[in-house]
Amino acid sequence: MAWFEKLVTPPARIATEAVWAVCPACKAYVPREEWNSAWRVCPRCNFHDRLTCRERIELVTDAGSFQELNAHVSFADPLKFEDVSGPYAAKAKATVSKTGLGEAVVTGGAKVDGIPVVLGVMDFRFLGGSLGSGTGDRILLAAEEALRLRQPYIIFSASGGARMHEGIISLMQMARTCAAIARLQEAGIPYLSVLTDPTTGGVSASYAMVGDLNLSEPKALIGFAGRRVIEQTIKQKLPADFQTAEYVLEHGFIDHIVERKAMKRFLASALRYAGQ
Amino acid sequence: MSDIDFNQPLSPWQIVQLARTSGRPLIGDYIQGMCSDFVELHGDRAFGDDRGLIGGFATIGGERVMLIGHQKGKNVEDNIKANFGMANPEGYRKAMRLMKLAEKYHLPVVALVDTPGAYPGLEAEARGQAEAIAKNLTVMATLRTPYVIVVTGEGGSGGALGIAVGDVVLMLQYAVYSVISPEGCASILWRDGKKAPEAAAAMKITADSLLQLGIIDEILAEPPGAAHCDPHTMVQTVKDAVLKHVQALKSLTLDDLTAKRYAKLRRMGSATLA
Ligand SMILES: [Zn+2]
Repeated sequence: MAWFEKLVTPPARIATEAVWAVCPACKAYVPREEWNSAWRVCPRCNFHDRLTCRERIELVTDAGSFQELNAHVSFADPLKFEDVSGPYAAKAKATVSKTGLGEAVVTGGAKVDGIPVVLGVMDFRFLGGSLGSGTGDRILLAAEEALRLRQPYIIFSASGGARMHEGIISLMQMARTCAAIARLQEAGIPYLSVLTDPTTGGVSASYAMVGDLNLSEPKALIGFAGRRVIEQTIKQKLPADFQTAEYVLEHGFIDHIVERKAMKRFLASALRYAGQ
Repeated sequence: MSDIDFNQPLSPWQIVQLARTSGRPLIGDYIQGMCSDFVELHGDRAFGDDRGLIGGFATIGGERVMLIGHQKGKNVEDNIKANFGMANPEGYRKAMRLMKLAEKYHLPVVALVDTPGAYPGLEAEARGQAEAIAKNLTVMATLRTPYVIVVTGEGGSGGALGIAVGDVVLMLQYAVYSVISPEGCASILWRDGKKAPEAAAAMKITADSLLQLGIIDEILAEPPGAAHCDPHTMVQTVKDAVLKHVQALKSLTLDDLTAKRYAKLRRMGSATLA
């Protein structure tokens, strides 16, 4: 029996979530401990499962080095928006208490292999990582902090795009965040963007795509328009690898696809080139 | 639009219909009516020449500017050529080239916005629609020349924003500007595209709401019965407003201009920054 076949055989009766993780891609059963210590990367198919922002910070920064900035900046409800499922404010509040996050991105100062950086890490669990005014504020303020300290800025994106509940205010976050990034570019401050699964819509069409380096993880979904919208528009089926990190790299918009276990090393190495 | 009673306040959904109505002035009408000279400049220097987003040197009331804007067609045939005003990446890259050229030649940029959105196609994705728009956002934020925007019809999401970051945003009375079409929003959040009128109201996409939210700076009144009833007057109104703002912005130093632009973007649509 091949080693991975052991992994796909669900051990009877004790297949509880606490003991076993099921790979969302190949459905392999992986001991939870092994799954977590491999940063949620499947040992069988190399599927990179989504990380929370706290896990991501632990993955790429030196232990204990992360100091959160602007934690007080939380979501706003500028339109007093309400749809068929109720008020946005109630939904956002529920998300805050469920995730313990104030917004879809956490920002702060940190060290990567001893190199001081300003870091922003998005979390898909917070309303699909959508770009709200609080998200925009945190990203913009962190960029300003990077400029003030003259330290490299790194953003890990994970977002479905705009936050429709904030309407035009959400759209404006694309302009605001890019304005702050543009000032880093003018000042010669390194800016690295890592597009993790998924990075689409308004986030891919703003700060995520304008890194000095655009990096990604294997098989991450990256694109502007949604697959269904495109299929309806052009009335043809899309290739299977469409909008994967590999597809986007092949088309020239990603510098490098980095395995999760190598991400910290890769960033540190890139930052040493950037810091000359 | 004969069913609209202008003596009553219009609903956001009625305004969406007006913004999309045929006969409303399009970029061709503005070029003809407000420019004594227009020299179209073609191509992104890499892939091709997008017909959904055009631009060139223009003279408006004696002011030499760089005019860029989405192009919709007057009829089906023209619309197919112009892709219904939905630009591809090469359109945004052409616009960026013209922005940079405007900066080099010290020409203010005037951008006319009228698009349902950036084109959602296979080729558009392959050629980097997201990157093309994103890059423009960084270029416009720091461009060292005045930048005046007029939302004339549909301000459709990232496709609109890709040429619409600047110093002053003007909007026609019955234009709309939104993060997603009311139909798109309704089909996602209401799970029913027919709820578009509700979505249009909830998203606050009309000029009045956007002025209150601080997203636009000035509303340009439309003639009685809306712009399509008197395109000539509408074009003159836009011309006068554009000239006024171009001339005012030209009096600032470029350092002041770009500092003010950043300060404006920093505040605009912020959750916490006053
Ligand atoms: Zn797997």
